[in-house]
Amino acid sequence: MDAIVANPSSATAAAHVMPGSGFKVSARDCNVYYGEKHALKSVSVDIPDRSVMAFIGPSGCGKSTFLRCINRMNDTIPICRVTGKITIDGQDVYDQSLDVVQLRARVGMVFQKPNPFPKSIYDNVAYGPRIHGFAQSRAELDQIVMTSLEKAGLLKEVKDRLTDSGTSLSGGQQQRLCIARAIAVSPEVILMDEPCSALDPIATARIEELIDELRSNYSIIIVTHSMQQAARVSQRTAFFHLGTLVEEGETGHIFTNPNDKRTQDYITGRIG
Amino acid sequence: MSGLYFGTLAVLMLAAFFAVRSRAQALANVAAAPGMRDVRYSLHSLPIYHGLLAATLVLLPMLIVFAVGSPIVIKMAETQALARLPAEVVSDELSRGAALRDLYNILTGKFQGEASAQLKGAAEALRSATSYGNWIVFAIGVALAAAALFFSIGHVSSDFRARNSFERIVKMVLFACATVAVLTTIGIVFSVLYETLRFFFDPALKGRPTVTDFLFGTEWNPQAALRADQGDIKTAFGFIPLLTGTLLITLIAICVAGPLGLLSAIYLAEYATPSFRAWAKPVLEILAGIPTVVLGFFAALTVAPLIRGWGESFGLDIASESALAAGLVMGMMIIPFISSLSDDVINAVPQSMRDGAYALGATKSETIKQVILPAALPGIVSAFMLAISRAIGETMIVVMAAGLAANLTFNPLDAVTTITVQIKTILVGDQEFDSAKTLAAFALGFVLFFFTLILNVIALIIVRRYREQYD
Ligand SMILES: Nc1ncnc2c1ncn2[C@@H]1O[C@H](COP(=O)(O)OP(=O)(O)O)[C@@H](O)[C@H]1O
Ligand SMILES: [Mg+2]
Repeated sequence: MDAIVANPSSATAAAHVMPGSGFKVSARDCNVYYGEKHALKSVSVDIPDRSVMAFIGPSGCGKSTFLRCINRMNDTIPICRVTGKITIDGQDVYDQSLDVVQLRARVGMVFQKPNPFPKSIYDNVAYGPRIHGFAQSRAELDQIVMTSLEKAGLLKEVKDRLTDSGTSLSGGQQQRLCIARAIAVSPEVILMDEPCSALDPIATARIEELIDELRSNYSIIIVTHSMQQAARVSQRTAFFHLGTLVEEGETGHIFTNPNDKRTQDYITGRIG
Repeated sequence: MSGLYFGTLAVLMLAAFFAVRSRAQALANVAAAPGMRDVRYSLHSLPIYHGLLAATLVLLPMLIVFAVGSPIVIKMAETQALARLPAEVVSDELSRGAALRDLYNILTGKFQGEASAQLKGAAEALRSATSYGNWIVFAIGVALAAAALFFSIGHVSSDFRARNSFERIVKMVLFACATVAVLTTIGIVFSVLYETLRFFFDPALKGRPTVTDFLFGTEWNPQAALRADQGDIKTAFGFIPLLTGTLLITLIAICVAGPLGLLSAIYLAEYATPSFRAWAKPVLEILAGIPTVVLGFFAALTVAPLIRGWGESFGLDIASESALAAGLVMGMMIIPFISSLSDDVINAVPQSMRDGAYALGATKSETIKQVILPAALPGIVSAFMLAISRAIGETMIVVMAAGLAANLTFNPLDAVTTITVQIKTILVGDQEFDSAKTLAAFALGFVLFFFTLILNVIALIIVRRYREQYD
C-alpha cells in the first residue's frame, strides 16, 4: 500500500538509475565549491536529446555554475572544485582519460554578452574548425562556415561582408555569429547562458526562433531570467534556488502546476 | 622683503575670505528666516564661493604686481648704482657684470679685501634704491588688494553670481597652466629649429656643411673644425655613421627586450599566480628606475669584458667597447617598458574573449596566440614604440659601453657611436657657441626629435585605428 503512495518525482528518480535511456546529459549528485563557498548542492538532472531545457531561478542560485560544469569551463577558475558525476551519452565528463578539448568540441557554449573575437566574420566562424583540424581544404572550410552561418540564420545578412570585423555587427547579429561559431564545430549539446539578456526584443525574438529551429538537431540548455522566454522555447524547465535544483519537469507543468512552494513563489514573482 | 610681501598677501587673503564669507552667510541667514523663504531673497551662490572669489581677487593683483614690479625695481636700482661708477667700468658687458657682483658682495659682506669709497657709495645707492623700490611695489600691491577687498565686501548680495565668476577664474588658471606647458614645448622645438637652420644656412659660419652633406655624408669628424688652422684636415659632418650606430644599438636592444619583455608579460598576465605576479611586476618595474648611468658602467665594466672574453675564446678580436655590449644592456633597460605595458594591455583584454576561445576547445596557448595577442596588438605595438624611442634617446649607456668612434658599420662587435652620444661629446667642456661644431649638436637634436616624433605618431595611429575592436 505504502509503495503505491510514492510521490511522482520518485518515479522519475527510478528512471534516473538507468543510464543511456534517451537522455543526452545526466548529472548525479553534482556539487560545486568556490573555495569554501558551496555554490551548487547535490544536483541531479537528466537532459533529453534534441530538445530545449531551460534553467530558471533567481540570480546567484548556481545556474551558470551548473552550466559551466557540463563543458568543464569551471576548470579555468582555480578555486573551483567539482564533485559528483556528469555524463554525456554515458561517458563521464570528469573522467581522467577524457580530453577537455574534445569535450568542448562536443559541447558548444554561447555567453550572456556576445563575445565575437576581434577578427573577421569568416575567421570567427572558422576558428573552431581550424583549431580542431576539421577541414582538409579551404573549400571544405568555406563550406563549414557557410553552413554554420546559414544554420544560425545570419548568412543572408553577412554574405557580402565576410571579411568585416565580427565586432562591426549589431548586438543581435553578434550573438547569432557566436551561435554560428559554436555550431561550426558540430557540437551535440549547446549551452546558452542568458543569450538574450543583452539584446533588444526584436533580436531576442530572432534568437528564440533560431533556438526552436536548432532543437531538431541539438540538445540545448538555456539559462534565462525571462519566464516567458522559458515558456516559449523550452520543452522542459528546471528551477534552481540557493544552489539546489528544486524542481524539474515539463515546461507546461512547471509553469501551471508546480509541485514546490518555492517554484510557485518564483514564477508568481514572490522571490526574485 | 618678499617674506613681508607674501606674509601680507596671506593675511589679506584670509581676511578677504572670512570677511566676505561671513557677510554672505549673514545674508543667507536672513533669507532662511521664517517668512523670508522665497527665491527672491535666497543667495545665488553658497557663502564659500563669495569667500573664495574675494580671496582670489586679492591674490591675483598682488601676484601680478610682484612678478612685474620686482624685476623693474632691480633693473632700476642697478642702473642707478652703476651710474656712480667710472664710465670705463660700465662701458662693456663683462666689467659691468663684475662690478655688479662686487656691489652685491659688499652688501652681503662677502667682498674680499678693502672696497674703494666709490664702490662703497655705489653699493649704498644700490641698497637704498632697491629698498625704496620694494616699498613702492609693496604699497601698490597692498593698495590693489585692499581695493579688491572692499570691492568684494561691497559686492556681496543675494543675486551676485560668485560661483560662476569663481569657476571662470579656475578655468582661466588651468588654461594658463596648459598654455605654459604647450608653449614651452613649441619654444624648444623652434629654438632647436632656428639653430639648425643657422648651422646649414648662416653665411657667417665657417665650415658649415650643406644639407645633403649632412644627411648623406658617410664621415663624421666634427673635431677637425677645431684644428682647421693647423693644417687642412677636412671637417666632416656626415650623419650616416651616427644613424647606423643608433639603429644598430636600438636593433640589438629590441632583439633583447622584445622577446624577453613580451614573453614575460604573457607569463605574468596569463600563467603566473596572483601572488607571484604581485611581487614580480614591481620588481620588473624597478629595473626601469635604475639610473642609466649605473647601467652604463655595468655595461662597460661587466658586460663588455665578458663579451670580449667570450670572443677571445672563439678567436675573435672584439673591441673593448662594442655595440653589442651597449645594445644588450640597453635591452635590459627597456624590458620593463615592454613587459609592464604589454602586461597591462593583455590584462585589459576582456575575460569574455578567453571564455569564447576556451568554450570552442582552444588550449591556453592557442587562446593566447590566436585571440588574446591579436586583440592586445595595438597596445603591444605602442609599448614597443615607446621602448624604441627610449632606446634611441638613451645616452649614458652608449657613452660608456659603445665608444665614441664614428664607424660606419653593421658589425655589432665594433665600436660605434650614436646621435645622442655625439651631441653630448660636442657640447661637453667650454665651447665657443658659434662654431659649426657646436651648432651641429642642434642639427643632430633636431633629427633625433624628428625620429622619435615619427615613432610616436605611428604608435598613435596604430592605437587609434584598432582601439574600438572590443569593448
Ligand atoms: N568565479 C567565482 N568565484 C567565486 N564565487 C563564484 C564564482 N562564480 C560564481 N560564484 C558564486 O556562485 C554562486 C552561483 O553563481 P552563478 O552560477 O553565477 O549564479 P547564476 O548564474 O544562477 O546567477 C553565486 O553565489 C556566486 O557568487
Ligand atoms: Mg549567471
